[in-house]
Amino acid sequence: MKDNPFSLWVYLSQSPLLWLTVTLLVYATTDAVSLATLRHPLANPVLHAMWIIGAFLLLTGTSYTTYFAGAQFVHFLLGPATVALAVPLYENRKRVVASIVPMLVALCAGSVTAVVSVVLLAELAGLPRDVVLSLAPKSVTAGVAMGIAESLHADPSLAAVAVILTGIMGAIIVTPLMNRSGITDYRARGFAAGLAAHGIGTARAFQVDEIAGVFSGIAMSLNALVTSFLVPLAITLLVR
Amino acid sequence: MVMLASLGLILLCQLIGEAVVRGLRLPLPGPVLGLLLLLVLLMGRDRFALLARGPLRNDDVETASKGLLAHLSLLFVPAGVGVVQKLDLLASHGIAIILVLALSVVVTLLATVLTFRLVSRLLKQQDAR
Repeated sequence: MKDNPFSLWVYLSQSPLLWLTVTLLVYATTDAVSLATLRHPLANPVLHAMWIIGAFLLLTGTSYTTYFAGAQFVHFLLGPATVALAVPLYENRKRVVASIVPMLVALCAGSVTAVVSVVLLAELAGLPRDVVLSLAPKSVTAGVAMGIAESLHADPSLAAVAVILTGIMGAIIVTPLMNRSGITDYRARGFAAGLAAHGIGTARAFQVDEIAGVFSGIAMSLNALVTSFLVPLAITLLVR
Repeated sequence: MVMLASLGLILLCQLIGEAVVRGLRLPLPGPVLGLLLLLVLLMGRDRFALLARGPLRNDDVETASKGLLAHLSLLFVPAGVGVVQKLDLLASHGIAIILVLALSVVVTLLATVLTFRLVSRLLKQQDAR
């Protein structure tokens, strides 16, 4: 029984239970810190959970595949959570219908800006072609972006990372940016957050204001649709 | 039990959404169609008493959905940790990638919010006339 602690680790580190527990506990901690700082943008719970768990994986020499076997139960809930956005949408339907025109125009302007700006900037920065293609769908939610990257023969896992980084940066920047620009319309603020920073922006918007959250959820869903059509077109026109 | 039936209804909406998207090869994510389906069910419930049963009664599905959305950020953590697979690329191009994404997200936020405000203001002026 001398090698017990080690064999216990070998067993646990391969089981989904350990990594699911780690994910939940680390997030519960970073979320508590975020709450304690009154939801300060820099205390973004996703950002801090990500690097803490990432460092833990590197230190213990655990592969992402092993980690994901446990964490997939959390990842899976992204789909049902998207469906659940129907409820805040339903409860605020009158306000949403009243803002339909500004929403649709802002959707077109925003989606085009999101795709064109990232492709042009990435080309300007001299990034390799396959990186440019993987960054292009970065403003839509992870599952959709991975699908788009796949259809372009780019790297879906890089696309997922670009999506998460964009989401976190958007969630951090949105509140100070909007406050400084003097925009107090929470419909517009939320819509921009969801369009530019998908679900992470939407999670941030719900922290700030319920109406902002609703409009953010709508923007995220609509942008997923538009971007699926837009990225292949932008790539043909803009990438050498 | 109440929670289970509501979660079941949410999953069913997603399942139907995925099936229709795959079957008809629609270029949209299955859960987005699921969202539309649940929205139609909720609005239908107000009109037809027949639908107001099970999880659609007493705001059950509303409570379950809000529970899911309360921790929306958590759901992005597993995909985010995937960054550990890309450390080589981040070491060689990380700064450029982060700058490109940061600039793009700021431009996108501003373009969206300003367009929204502009159109909203133009419409109000028209109403006033």
